[in-house]
Amino acid sequence: MNLEVKLPGLTLKNPVMPASGCFGFGKEYSEFYDLSRLGAIMMKAATQFERFGNPTPRVAETSSGMLNAIGLQNPGVERIIADEVPRLAEYDMSIIANIAGSSLEEYIFVAEAFNQTKDVHALELNISCPNVKEGGIQFGTDPDMAKKVTAAVKEVSNLPLYVKLSPNVTNIVEMAKAVEEAGADGLSMINTLTGMKLHLPTGKPLIANQTGGLSGAAIKPIAIRMIYEVRQQVSIPIIGMGGISTAEDVLEFLQAGADAVAVGTANFQNPFACVDIIDALPETLTKYQYTSVQDVIDRRSVQV
Amino acid sequence: MMKKKYEMKVLSVEFIAKETIEMELYQPEVSKQTVPGQFLHLLVSGFTLRRPISIAKVDPQAGTVTILFKIVGDGTKALAAYQPGMTINVLGPNGNGFSIDDVKDGERVLLVGGGIGVPPIYHFAKRLSEKNVDLIAVLGFQSKDYVFYEEAFKEIAETYVVTNDGSYGYQGFVTHVFPEVGAFDQYFSCGPLPMLRAVTTELKDSKGKVSLEERMGCGVGACMACVLPTVDNSYKKICSDGPVFSAQEVIL
Repeated sequence: MNLEVKLPGLTLKNPVMPASGCFGFGKEYSEFYDLSRLGAIMMKAATQFERFGNPTPRVAETSSGMLNAIGLQNPGVERIIADEVPRLAEYDMSIIANIAGSSLEEYIFVAEAFNQTKDVHALELNISCPNVKEGGIQFGTDPDMAKKVTAAVKEVSNLPLYVKLSPNVTNIVEMAKAVEEAGADGLSMINTLTGMKLHLPTGKPLIANQTGGLSGAAIKPIAIRMIYEVRQQVSIPIIGMGGISTAEDVLEFLQAGADAVAVGTANFQNPFACVDIIDALPETLTKYQYTSVQDVIDRRSVQV
Repeated sequence: MMKKKYEMKVLSVEFIAKETIEMELYQPEVSKQTVPGQFLHLLVSGFTLRRPISIAKVDPQAGTVTILFKIVGDGTKALAAYQPGMTINVLGPNGNGFSIDDVKDGERVLLVGGGIGVPPIYHFAKRLSEKNVDLIAVLGFQSKDYVFYEEAFKEIAETYVVTNDGSYGYQGFVTHVFPEVGAFDQYFSCGPLPMLRAVTTELKDSKGKVSLEERMGCGVGACMACVLPTVDNSYKKICSDGPVFSAQEVIL
């Protein structure tokens, strides 16, 4: 079955890619399977300088999900370009670089840095990390700020830009429209929802950062609802994510309005999550009378 | 060879001390690969995150791996409810483990285990006992009800048991026994972070290795949940660079 999807900058042999932050730079999972099976990879966030991230504990189990507050730990954009991108370029898949920052200047710096390499096919603009005080969330919750950073990055970068939206807003459609207007080539949604878990013996937050981002199956209905709403108002492509762990989940995201999908937390539970989903996708689409991934996109009831 | 996930069959589940479960699992490949200090990353049905559980012993001939864990929350409670005949989805053995080659014949080795940090120390002690070495074991527990593996250690090591409340053995912390153990060439320790801090501080002039525990996400080195700062201003990932580190290399 034809699983191919074409999006700005990306020709994906299948619509499945690991979500940023849940797959590192692919190295560890390349010990489980050939990464060329993937449609693409969304690399862990890059900042201007190396970041150590938050104190531990950084993760906690929740009902049907998990909280994390890693804090954008990464080796810095220059080392990512020098060490990680060339290794990933050996695989037959698209590479999407996630860029983060705490100021407009930092976003511009990181976006420009990726112009150096021919091996990155698109940028994902992380304006929605809830775990860093200046982690971009202020850009992700204020439509004017989102517009500003989107336009600034578009101006310096040669690459198609997917803006990663935060669900921690009152009106996601307003955010989506704002970045579309500012020139975004696509959206990726949703990032995690800010949550908290207390440690009963102490009555204090279990995660050292106090709050963390909620992900996993628990947030899937929220992602579906938000994508469904945005799809009716915004025409740029959407890479959908939020609790995907099966081929049925992928179909639901496509029906809701996504054009490709990213798998996050499921990788932790099952290192083979992405390839298991890819393997199951043809049968699942056939079961619901679809002939290809593009067929789902063409025939979905939600249209702009 | 590509890494795999395994279905491991539960052979037995037994309380060996208060809130402490010893579980024997069957999977020959995992049994053969495992070295002391490594852990299994277990998927407990109904939970999102896997649980890193330490290995207490292996029997490669029988194809078994024995894990040991304390019931501390919903995940370990559910794990304790697994019955013989059921299977558990497992990644592993994960991590680097202790190296037998670090210890030379004729050496006197101090082993310090605290609570649920005792099992990997036991696994290592068992392997070390095949060499011509002198073993001293200092084992710390909260109280008498929590003590396990004392007899097993006594067969292979000069053994000291310490309980925090003094209800069994020496009273206090593992470090309180150190003046009694005499000179040694190097030490190996596994236990809760406060204990490891006390041990490494007390033994700062000795060569030693520590094995750490932390809440983990992926358990394979990708998610950066279980990192630890190092003295060279960098970091290590407990799940994949560790869990065993040189005491001099990490900042606890």
